[in-house]
Amino acid sequence: MTADAEAEQIVLDPATDRAAGAPLLTVQNLRVSFGTAEVVKGISFTTRVGRCIGIVGESGSGKSVTARTLVGLTGPNSQVQADKIDLRGVDLTRQSQRSWRAIRGREIGFILQDALASLDQLRRVGDEVAEPLKVHRWGNKEARQRRAVELLASVGVPEPEVKARQRPYELSGGLRQRALIASAIALDPKLIVADEPTTALDVTIQAQVLDLLAESKALGTSIILISHDLSVVARLADEVVVMRAGEVVEHGPAQQVLQQPRHEYTQALLDAVPSEHTRGTRLARPPHGGNVVPLRRARTRAGRDRPLLEARNITQVFRGPDKVDRTVVDDVSFQLFAGETLGIVGESGSGKTTSARIALSLLQPTAGEVLLRGQPWSALPAPQRRPLRRQIGVIYQDPLSSFDPRWAVGRIITDALSRGSKPPSSRAEARTRAIRLLEQVGLGEQHLASSPLHLSGGQRQRVAIARALAPEPAVIVCDEPVSALDVSIQAQVLDLFTDLQDELGVSYLFISHDLGVIHHMSDRILVMKDGRVVESGTADEVFERPRDPYTQRLLTALPRLAQV
Amino acid sequence: MSATAVYPARSPARVRAARLRVRPGTAIAFLVVALVVAAVIAPGLLTSRSPYTINLEHTLMSPSLSHPFGTDDAGRDLYTRVIYGARESLGIGLGATGLAMAIAILLGFVAGLAGGIVDTLITRILEVAFAFPVLLLALLLIAIRGPSVGTEIVAVGIGSAPGYARMVRGQVMHVRQAPYIEAAAALGHSRWSVIRRHLFPNAMRPLVAVITLGIGQSIVWASALAFLGLGVAPPSPEWGALLDSGRLYITTSWWLEIFPGLVIVLVALSVTSLGRTLQHQLEGASR
Repeated sequence: MTADAEAEQIVLDPATDRAAGAPLLTVQNLRVSFGTAEVVKGISFTTRVGRCIGIVGESGSGKSVTARTLVGLTGPNSQVQADKIDLRGVDLTRQSQRSWRAIRGREIGFILQDALASLDQLRRVGDEVAEPLKVHRWGNKEARQRRAVELLASVGVPEPEVKARQRPYELSGGLRQRALIASAIALDPKLIVADEPTTALDVTIQAQVLDLLAESKALGTSIILISHDLSVVARLADEVVVMRAGEVVEHGPAQQVLQQPRHEYTQALLDAVPSEHTRGTRLARPPHGGNVVPLRRARTRAGRDRPLLEARNITQVFRGPDKVDRTVVDDVSFQLFAGETLGIVGESGSGKTTSARIALSLLQPTAGEVLLRGQPWSALPAPQRRPLRRQIGVIYQDPLSSFDPRWAVGRIITDALSRGSKPPSSRAEARTRAIRLLEQVGLGEQHLASSPLHLSGGQRQRVAIARALAPEPAVIVCDEPVSALDVSIQAQVLDLFTDLQDELGVSYLFISHDLGVIHHMSDRILVMKDGRVVESGTADEVFERPRDPYTQRLLTALPRLAQV
Repeated sequence: MSATAVYPARSPARVRAARLRVRPGTAIAFLVVALVVAAVIAPGLLTSRSPYTINLEHTLMSPSLSHPFGTDDAGRDLYTRVIYGARESLGIGLGATGLAMAIAILLGFVAGLAGGIVDTLITRILEVAFAFPVLLLALLLIAIRGPSVGTEIVAVGIGSAPGYARMVRGQVMHVRQAPYIEAAAALGHSRWSVIRRHLFPNAMRPLVAVITLGIGQSIVWASALAFLGLGVAPPSPEWGALLDSGRLYITTSWWLEIFPGLVIVLVALSVTSLGRTLQHQLEGASR
């Protein structure tokens, strides 16, 4: 058979049933390996017309590889085996690269997580959206451009004619993701494979993208939604497959899997999701098994009258390269008391990270000031501030880049110890204290000589926490400290934060875009938008009786597990 | 039931073999550099003759077993002269690169750390210097100071400094943005301590390979100057000087040009090759 004949053959029989619920793609015993490492170990599922199947799992579960298999993009070092991958009578295990090109875009649309990396930066958005039309020789150039604008409009891009002429970097993250979806649905594929389509997006944009996929579903498209986020899957999926280490641990109707999971791994995953229900409880299962143990968290607030850290009307104005001043932080005030957690939540560009850097006095505010223990802090000259820095630590989202790449864990910790008020007097003492700190964060002596490069994401963040604790600070500023972690690792790290607070009485200025994390961790909350504080109050006040319309919108947009 | 392999996989054994194998080019380069180092430290180990002994009975003899590179117009053994020339040639290469790096580090760090008007000023000066041919600059210096090893080092060093300075500045600008620099400041380390402990070593790390590359380049520059009669004066066996003195006999005695020329090319290539290998190793080791 020639390649052309093969390509011809994949045109599906139009007479086949498109009624909702009819099987579309059947995968049986799919196995994918790279060299000797098998990453997908025999999984099976069937997608149906007008239905969504959600595949959830953590890093390394094989969910993304599974998605790539379905579009023939697993790469040259992979071995794909399956008893059957059948798309309405077409055997996908037997396609050449050439015939895959005929399938991709027309029969199966593919949406990736990172729209900025998936769109060609140098081409106009309209051309990118029209690309599948061009590849499949749909219409002429003008017709394709018109169709691209229609598609952009249909995915809710405002001013589609203008946006079609712009380039991807000129669009916001949400608009780029929508352009990518427009491109994926351009030829009205029967199946959309969406791999973490909303992971990089703010919660309000995420809600819009999920609504868009739900519309496609209602029109009869079958969707495979791959996500680490159970609440995202809960919003769209009819059926859920839970994967771990290449195997399916649970597979069933969404409602059953998410509400009465049969497998304990699924249960552990669900328990690990922080939300309003989990406050004061432990997210991660104790290693020896057993029930959820409530944390102590019986806090006494001594010294309520004098805040440890106080921001008074801080404002930050940056002058852009276009000589236009932009106010990134606008008249923000807050107080952080001993032993409590103040959460700052907001979407990207809300000024939360800039506020954190001002609180740390790593950035001088344009106006306003920060006080530490009631004394001037941001207003001090740098040399006088330096000895006080031990009182306020910092933890970043990406721990690895916050470590000198030449340094091993031991050196990172001992360096931080030397900045404390009682620096170790000998090498032996430094070592003992470093080991004690590592043990406190759940690591041990064996990690002293490791390079952070060879640690896992969770271990790296534990090292960062140990470093922050080393000078015995009263306050730790945590800037998105768990955003890069898998949900079960996130649960362990959040538990660690809570335990350390109970043990040491340290205060956290806790910054996150994740409302669930913020609700779980915070005693009091600030909601920021466009550099301003739009709402503040105790966690329960903000979450249960939000006064500001923006907060209300955020909470509505938040996908919840209970929605199923 | 058929299980179909859609893509062939590269066997892990082959992947491992590829990782372990030392490229033969690297091995040869290492050998050449080792020989040159031996020639610099103890030339007497590689030859029993003296580079300056004139023997007028054996002038311009073609290569043979007793004179592998032949003899020159004064009957001196060319092989011996090449061996003894290594010290001066390599000395010029190292000295010039060292001087270039010293200037580059100074200007690059000042520009990269100060920013603003200082940065603009230094960058502009570097751009002008960069546009100025190294050889022309060297000629100018030699015209003022007269030819000598010292002048050659200064000339080649100053000439190649702007290129390095731009790289150093770029590295400094890049590394100073790194979150670990801010993390160190947040721990209360002083600005100087952060520069010394984090910024300098991390900014210089990728430049180690570039420095190695520069040594080979400097040897070639120095030879070019000597060939023009502007380097070390005869009867020094410096490689460029050998080329210069052989120039008169090129039609009758080819070996006078070919062997020193080959040695220069081989050494420059080997040092460059080792530099590249080092560069790959360092890049592989960083993330």
